[in-house]
Amino acid sequence: MSAVLKEETVYQASKSGSMRNDRRRALGWSYFFLVLFVIFFLTPPIYMFITSLKSSAEVGAVTNPWWVYHPTLENYQALILSGEYRTFFYNSAVVSVVVVIVTMLISVPAAFALARMKFWGSATLAMGVFLTYLIPETLLFIPLFKIFAWVNDTFDIQLINHWWVLIVIYPTLTVPFCTWIMIGYFASIPKELDEAALIDGAGYFQMLTKIFIPVALPGIIAATIFAFTVSWADFLYPLAFTTSADQMLLPAGIYSTLIKGDVYAWGQIMAACLLGALPPLLIYAFLMDYYIAGLTAGATKG
Amino acid sequence: MAAVPAAVPAAASRRGGLRRLARRKSTVAFLMALPLILLVLGLVVYPALYSIHLAMLNKSLERFVGFANFSFLFTRETFWLVVKQSCIFAISAVVFKALIGFCVAHFVHNVPAKGQRKWRGMLLIPWVIPPAMSTLGWFWLFDPSYSAFNWIFVRLGIPSVTWLGDPDWARFSVILVNVWYGAPFFLIMYLAALKSVPEQLYEAAAIDGANWWQKIWYVTLPMMRNIISITVLFSLIVTFANFDIVRILTAGGPIDKTHVFATWAFLVGIQGGDISLGAAVSLFMFPILAVAAYFILRDISRRGNEA
Repeated sequence: MSAVLKEETVYQASKSGSMRNDRRRALGWSYFFLVLFVIFFLTPPIYMFITSLKSSAEVGAVTNPWWVYHPTLENYQALILSGEYRTFFYNSAVVSVVVVIVTMLISVPAAFALARMKFWGSATLAMGVFLTYLIPETLLFIPLFKIFAWVNDTFDIQLINHWWVLIVIYPTLTVPFCTWIMIGYFASIPKELDEAALIDGAGYFQMLTKIFIPVALPGIIAATIFAFTVSWADFLYPLAFTTSADQMLLPAGIYSTLIKGDVYAWGQIMAACLLGALPPLLIYAFLMDYYIAGLTAGATKG
Repeated sequence: MAAVPAAVPAAASRRGGLRRLARRKSTVAFLMALPLILLVLGLVVYPALYSIHLAMLNKSLERFVGFANFSFLFTRETFWLVVKQSCIFAISAVVFKALIGFCVAHFVHNVPAKGQRKWRGMLLIPWVIPPAMSTLGWFWLFDPSYSAFNWIFVRLGIPSVTWLGDPDWARFSVILVNVWYGAPFFLIMYLAALKSVPEQLYEAAAIDGANWWQKIWYVTLPMMRNIISITVLFSLIVTFANFDIVRILTAGGPIDKTHVFATWAFLVGIQGGDISLGAAVSLFMFPILAVAAYFILRDISRRGNEA
């Protein structure tokens, strides 16, 4: 607080005393409401953590639900030893990593072409990429389901109930937004840079790999994080397209296999959710600035 | 490489070279964008159009029935419940997300710059946790016999609430969870926008004797107009098409009172096996989203032209 006051006095030295009081009061209220909202925003994850440390006997007991009397790691242990949960985790990890790579291979060259190399219909296509965002996955899963059935009938390739089919569909969720972000980043690179590269005899491919990708690297990292978190979190497609437990991804897997009616497995379910949320949370903890850049870039550049 | 010798010869050959370059450039560009075009056409545009076709077939998908599925939906009471609930859900959730995001962004902005990172870091956590997993946490918080909220309510002498059992409370609960999940997104967007408002504008307003409310109304809001439009557009689309939260919390119940288009389409189309009717249900999301997008995009481009 003393640092705050010092800063205030430095900045506000020239202003009148009543104004300084106003600002200090505003600061106090800001802290008050921030604490209130932090409590609101963090209650569910903290409660999930509390529950995850309880044994099923304690979950079912009539005690203070907000406190753990006998903390235990047995839920986490059971999950890590459970082949089923490990399969979900493994499926999710493979799908997310492959989707990130596919997304980047599609959206970076496309964004470069749309931002820098105009061609017939490129402006329309850039608009179309944005509009693709308006078609939600909830509108596409039924026709996709039917298309998969048709593929099975015609080519005898079973697409439903295979986790790898999600590698084919997830790019529809990630590519439009990543391309949109990358168009913004590429467009903000000064034209003089590519002119200099052209004069030095660089081709378009070299221009992309030697100049655009290194300069726009923060944007690429942001897009990568976005693609990873989206494919890690998606729930509808795995729920609609996978049915057997060995083909499921984390969110759908937890939802369909761990919830077993009236059994007090809630400690384990909460542990499964927290472990499942760990990869995006870790990425967020270490790469917060890129994460936020990815969120905001898409819209501020629009 | 052509630029240096081209300075000496006639202008005609330079123009020819440039044209060739442009032609090559556009071909290369088209090839680079081709995977994107194929993906969008094959897995977004084609399925979207195909779902219109599906919605006009009969249940066994053999006969073309025109708008029979739609007119059948209009006679179903559940359909009108879904329309009503989808609108209540999307509009109230977006309004509260935007309001909370706007207010909390101001609180974070007021705090000294050093501490802002820490607050922002904590406040964005709901957005980072995959919604299917955090919603399971909420589901457990709302549990009929073990609700941790009700435990507090009982201690405070407030009657306990049947969060997901009573239709009205269930509607409130799904909106609450959606606001909890989505408000941090607005917060981050508005915070970024607040930082881009020049400080001089506030100083000028202060010299003119503006109070805090007038500063928000005449300086902050006009400066943030674009970002507010875009975030509301994005959020309206995502919220209207929401599936995870409603599916996990209530699965549409009690007595279909919390179904939104996505969950009902899933129930009818995938679980019920009536692909054509499910496609018809999900198609109702599209016009509403298109209208919202049209208005907000028009608004943005008009603002852009004035500036």
